[in-house]
Amino acid sequence: MNYSAKVMDHFANPRNVGEIENPSAVGEVGNATCGDIMRIYLKIEDNIIVDVKFKTFGCGAAIATSSMATELIKGKSVDEALTLTNKAVVEALDGLPPVKLHCSVLAEEAVKTAINDYYKRNGIDKVVEINGHECDGDCSACGKQH
Amino acid sequence: MSRFVYADNAATTSVSPEVLSAMLPYFGSEYGNPSSLYGLGRKSAEAIAEARAKIASLLGAKPNEIFFTSCGSESDNWAIKGAAHANMSKGKHIISTVYEHHAVLHTLDALKKDGFEVTLLEVDSEGLITPEQLEKAIRPDTILVAMMYANNEIGTILPIKELAEVAHAHKVPFFTDAVQAVGNIPIDVNDLGVDMLSLSGHKIHAPKGIGALYVKTGTRLHNLIDGGGQERRRRGGTENVAYIVGLAKALEIAIEQLPDMERIKKMRDRLAAEITKIPATRINGSMEHRLPGNLNVAFEFIEGESLILLLDMAGIAASTGSACSTASLEPSHVLLSIGLPHEKAHGSLRLTLSHENTDEDVDYILEKLPPIVARLREMSPLYNN
Repeated sequence: MNYSAKVMDHFANPRNVGEIENPSAVGEVGNATCGDIMRIYLKIEDNIIVDVKFKTFGCGAAIATSSMATELIKGKSVDEALTLTNKAVVEALDGLPPVKLHCSVLAEEAVKTAINDYYKRNGIDKVVEINGHECDGDCSACGKQH
Repeated sequence: MSRFVYADNAATTSVSPEVLSAMLPYFGSEYGNPSSLYGLGRKSAEAIAEARAKIASLLGAKPNEIFFTSCGSESDNWAIKGAAHANMSKGKHIISTVYEHHAVLHTLDALKKDGFEVTLLEVDSEGLITPEQLEKAIRPDTILVAMMYANNEIGTILPIKELAEVAHAHKVPFFTDAVQAVGNIPIDVNDLGVDMLSLSGHKIHAPKGIGALYVKTGTRLHNLIDGGGQERRRRGGTENVAYIVGLAKALEIAIEQLPDMERIKKMRDRLAAEITKIPATRINGSMEHRLPGNLNVAFEFIEGESLILLLDMAGIAASTGSACSTASLEPSHVLLSIGLPHEKAHGSLRLTLSHENTDEDVDYILEKLPPIVARLREMSPLYNN
């Protein structure tokens, strides 16, 4: 697997690993059968993501995209974080092998799932559309054709 | 000085210096075509004849029963397609196992498109199958049984002699893919009673790009590569003289070194004993019926590609059956076949030792591996201390 130097850096030295005590929101996507799960914790104050942590079960790309996604939304407003796309994560990592693109989708969806949790916890009547795909892969493990 | 430990000898092996030096003349002054009539050509022909005789005697075969190919996959393709097509007037049913190498499974898939029917026997949780299972699966139209001698991922050694006896009782020819077994356990084709056996050079310290197929005299087999009169008109193409010489040398050394397998097994057993002290870790496959250098373990809560990358950074080369390490996004069919759920198959690690490994290598793996597993578990949402 040919990963960029950036991917290897974020895999070997992932930023923001861990949990947040009393988080404002948590989002988890993926499943163990497919081989990747991402859980993102957010601490939100005055609509600003003041802290973010993640825990990921998955390959090098899954860990690196989690790390990069958390870096990209840290300090941003909730609305800004919602504009994060998987493409932006891939670009920030100087690219991913095609077979690993689904990991970046997972990272985008983990952020959006966490923000939905934030809306729900705070009685905000909004739901972020998550494209309905958890990954771009075509693995019979989870029985879906994404 | 950072250390490098190569623990992926089931993937490939280094070319040994003795093998390389045996080959070198055939890249230099001895470049003749073995089919040429003059002295230079004859020298190449003699080198091939000598290599063939040596390999035959090391396997208990006759020289004219050894055919050189380009790799283990070619040998597997030839044996299966060649025997299937040569026997199709008698029937179109072939029996194999679910956990064969893809060189066998995908060859069988190709035959299915030609109207052949394939029964794949399930293996048990240890990776074993029984002669009784084979007995039950044989039908009047069965024309070939193809079963691997030793599994490439979990190292399980199948009872090939007993299985071949069952096939022969029904007059069905028996082929074994022995790519992982040759050079690791003693092999005598007559004692085993197989009709065909494939082997590969790069698993036994010869280069990549050379293999062989043993074909017992009288076995019905169509050609795979038609061409000139090489390999007794069975396999066309100008012979790869240097590599053929290298293969013979490598096999000779491997057989000489078989007693060293006891040392390799002890190193493997120490790895197994220490690694399984890590909580939520299991050994995949039988420890009793297993290649001496093979260890395959599954660590819960972590994913194999991450593990391999971190081991690589620590200077350890190993492999995994995780889906994330493959283009298919499917975990190892071998690990699934012995009943591992997907999430555990993702966290598998294969370490395969050769005679080049030392006790210091084992110490080094045991020093580096547990903290890497702990680090990935710390990062994993599935792991709760």
